[in-house]
Amino acid sequence: MPLVLPPSVLGFYLLVAFSPQHGVGKWLLNTFNIQFVFSFQGLVLASVIYSMPFMIGPIKSALQQLPASLAQASYTLGKSERETFLRVLLPNIKPSLLTAIVLTFAHTLGEFGVVLMIGGNIPNVTRVASIAVYDSVENMDYGAANIYSLILFCITFVMVIAVFVFNKAHAKSPLE
Amino acid sequence: MISINVEKRLKAYSGQQWLKISHEFADGSITKIYGPSGAGKTTFLKIIAGLITPEKGIITVDGNAWLDTSSKQNLLPQKRMVGFVFQNYALFPNMTVQQHLEYASNDAQWIRRLLKVGKLETLTTHKPEHLSGGQQQRLAILRAIAIKPKLLLMDEPFSALDQKMKSALIKELKLLFAELKMTVLIVTHNPQELHGIADSELMIDSEE
Repeated sequence: MPLVLPPSVLGFYLLVAFSPQHGVGKWLLNTFNIQFVFSFQGLVLASVIYSMPFMIGPIKSALQQLPASLAQASYTLGKSERETFLRVLLPNIKPSLLTAIVLTFAHTLGEFGVVLMIGGNIPNVTRVASIAVYDSVENMDYGAANIYSLILFCITFVMVIAVFVFNKAHAKSPLE
Repeated sequence: MISINVEKRLKAYSGQQWLKISHEFADGSITKIYGPSGAGKTTFLKIIAGLITPEKGIITVDGNAWLDTSSKQNLLPQKRMVGFVFQNYALFPNMTVQQHLEYASNDAQWIRRLLKVGKLETLTTHKPEHLSGGQQQRLAILRAIAIKPKLLLMDEPFSALDQKMKSALIKELKLLFAELKMTVLIVTHNPQELHGIADSELMIDSEE
């Protein structure tokens, strides 16, 4: 669902769910003294929920593409499912894993709707770069917006290039 | 003694077919399994290893039930500890030759001996992608034997080896099989290939 739901809708539901006035939010506050609404922890949790499908999708697809005989061979050697996953399956999907991590991070970095809904826009607490860009434009401060945008652009660009170079180095030529 | 009586539905171009096998394998025997393509030879080995579950059947090894579909008993492959040589080798791309054997066994002396048997001593740091087909196949055989299984299942294990290498390897393997008192089942599409090695044979053919 997080993949297709508008971010603001997801953010709204999370805001309601974690509201300290009732339900889960009230229980979390009373029991563990944790408040997810308008806090950095809430922002992280919401981002994890929102970005999880971007991580799981490529990893699941990469695992499905591995021959079933790899896991089977490991089982016949007496290895558990956990050990097989950690020592055989996971190391053999390294490029997909890296792609998933980088794309999810980049996606989270630029997140706007969910973050604004659950975190608000509290300076030094929940104001993230993407919201700062919006804020600067709202205040007609195009210089600051330009700096924030350039920083985000550079980070994203470097990450995408790094993934491209890494995957190219690991890709085999069809003529090999 | 390994006693097997299984029935497994197979998918075939001509519709559904049944693999029905009832057979006993004596301890320490080497059995050649042959039959037409698609008859279910690989499926049969995987059923014994616990990698595929048949619709109906019983497998007992030395009186212990590994599989009994009537009582829904099915021992995990990890508990069966059967050596399995896969037709496609199923080598781990992330591991070197040495790491493959270390993954299967902690016995350094045993690993050194296996490397010598497979003539892979000089290739210990190589990953599968840097090995020839024959070297990969030898590594797959060594990895399966590394756990010192009482039952070894081999699916077309010598198909990528030249005649000279095959003869030398088989000679060494026969010594290991005897030493470990291993029961060995070898699938081959060529019944002549294992002449003089196997002491019994089983023809597999599915039925409609």
